[in-house]
Amino acid sequence: MAIVELKNVTYKYPLTDTPVLKNINAQVNEGEFVAVIGPNGAGKSTLCYTVAGFVPHFFKGEITGAVEVAGSESSKSNLHEWVLNVGLAFQNPFNQISGAKYTVFEEIAFGLENIGVPREEMIQRVNDAMKLTGISELADRSPYSLSGGQQQRVALTSILVMRPKVLVLDEPTSQMDPIGTREVFGVIRALAEKGMTVILAEHKVEWIANFADRVVALHEGEIIADGKPSDVLTSDLLAEKGFGLSRYTSVARKAKAMGMWQKERLPVTLDEAVEGFTLTLPSPKGRGE
Amino acid sequence: MNIEISNLHFAYPTGVQALRGISLTIESGEQVAIVGQNGAGKTTLVKHLNGLLQPTSGTVQIGDWNTKEHSVAKMARRVGYVFQNPDDQLFSKNVGIEVAFGPRNLGMNAEQVQRQVNEALAMTELSDKTETNPYDLSATWRKMVALASVIAMDTDIVIFDEPTTGQDAANIARIANVIKVLRERGKTVITITHDIDFCGENFARVIAMSQGRILLDGKANDVLGQEDVLATTYVDPPQLTRLGKRLGFKETVRNEEEFLAGLKK
Ligand SMILES: Nc1ncnc2c1ncn2[C@@H]1O[C@H](COP(=O)(O)OP(=O)(O)OP(=O)(O)O)[C@@H](O)[C@H]1O
Ligand SMILES: Nc1ncnc2c1ncn2[C@@H]1O[C@H](COP(=O)(O)OP(=O)(O)OP(=O)(O)O)[C@@H](O)[C@H]1O
Ligand SMILES: [Mg+2]
Ligand SMILES: [Mg+2]
Repeated sequence: MAIVELKNVTYKYPLTDTPVLKNINAQVNEGEFVAVIGPNGAGKSTLCYTVAGFVPHFFKGEITGAVEVAGSESSKSNLHEWVLNVGLAFQNPFNQISGAKYTVFEEIAFGLENIGVPREEMIQRVNDAMKLTGISELADRSPYSLSGGQQQRVALTSILVMRPKVLVLDEPTSQMDPIGTREVFGVIRALAEKGMTVILAEHKVEWIANFADRVVALHEGEIIADGKPSDVLTSDLLAEKGFGLSRYTSVARKAKAMGMWQKERLPVTLDEAVEGFTLTLPSPKGRGE
Repeated sequence: MNIEISNLHFAYPTGVQALRGISLTIESGEQVAIVGQNGAGKTTLVKHLNGLLQPTSGTVQIGDWNTKEHSVAKMARRVGYVFQNPDDQLFSKNVGIEVAFGPRNLGMNAEQVQRQVNEALAMTELSDKTETNPYDLSATWRKMVALASVIAMDTDIVIFDEPTTGQDAANIARIANVIKVLRERGKTVITITHDIDFCGENFARVIAMSQGRILLDGKANDVLGQEDVLATTYVDPPQLTRLGKRLGFKETVRNEEEFLAGLKK
């Protein structure tokens, strides 16, 4: 069942002439994990803001079409109600720390406190969420005296702890170490399995391919592809438009031109690349002996 | 101009021991990537190179200058640093003024300043944005402004802290090109990055840090091939390195060219 629905959405920021989202039509089902990709300026963050209600309620500007989440319409609600259903992690984690709290623990508990969650439950939820993102040891630290990746983990945790129906994440791993990134994708996947709906703007194609159900490709404010990761991420259209692709896909495309990739389909994950290139190699076991 | 770090320890005022004995030499003209898990101490380490932080013990020497004996303003003649968060760095009302600030401050004449600014803006594809307020640009483009304003200073040593964060393929290619140009000019480039594919493609030497110490330091292929050791600091080898290994390549590969050559063997 669709929980997020964008119907013919077109949006212009205030004092600008050209729309940055153009006729966006998309539905996201409950429990689906959708990744949004696109070059800088394509409109990924704006799309995130739109689902999360910040467009138009905070940014103002001119919006047409309809944005629905769980049956209510954005233009007919206020941001206060909207954020109870939709949680947004902003692209720049450095701006997200509330500034109201002394410790990481309190920072993460802030939102729960605001909606009046009982103390016992609050403590439990904060501890659980910190464990998910690997920051339990930072609980008593000041949210300001952290490394870039640690700050981003705090920002992400303070959204996860709210357990919104729809989780909107704008490049939530941009400051994270590689294995931490992979783990966060795993956590997001697990939340989706449990029924949370996830919309994730990202550049990290390898992990999108491994973990997301679906990929939406944005280009200059328009959706130019929408489908399974293995189809979208290997399409010639995206390569032509200069999207960042996985190294497996790019190298196989070159190898194909040199007659060293035999399969019809290009790989997007490590396993697919291993499978395909093994066909080219004489005897993988015997190599290097 | 060599960088010489010996037995560097650093604790933040909060008591966090961020660096626990770093000894390191980086020679003039080297291109080095620093990788490692969140909180490993990468940013803390490079902030010692231009005097933003001072050792709790140990020394940091840039050429014949000990960072303890010179102001941050003076260190800026030798070491340019692009912050992890561009908003820590940018303060001017437009891009042109921002990028001109550094070279002007170093005492270059008007003509030199103009030349440096034009070149830095061209390399980062910002030439048509001189009149724009950096804060009207997206965070990704602010990062490019921060980068331009440091390369405009033409220092012998340039440090980039997570330059590719949030950047698309086109901007990553521009950043790679900047690094290549700096290499050709004999500059020393130190880049902190979690983008391990970018690391494999652009750096000859890689240092992996873990918990305030150096875990690995060596030729890129030697370091990036050590999957198990890297995993202890939350780093995966590059995609093509992992693929080469799974296919049984004898040698570690770290970019397309090496991979395709390995495939033909
Ligand atoms: N507050 C604003 N006012 C006017 N224009 C804006 C504003 N914020 C973004 N834009 C413009 O809207 C377009 C889409 O920007 P958006 O930030 O959504 O892109 P993005 O895909 O998230 O890019 P990035 O990869 O750089 O984060 C860009 O042309 C941008 O310059
Ligand atoms: N201003 C500060 N005050 C106190 N502790 C700090 C401060 N900045 C960083 N730290 C701590 O010092 C350690 C090293 O942080 P640093 O920022 O150098 O890590 P990093 O390797 O750059 O990490 P990242 O990849 O997340 O940017 C971490 O434990 C961090 O929490
Ligand atoms: Mg964005
Ligand atoms: Mg850092």
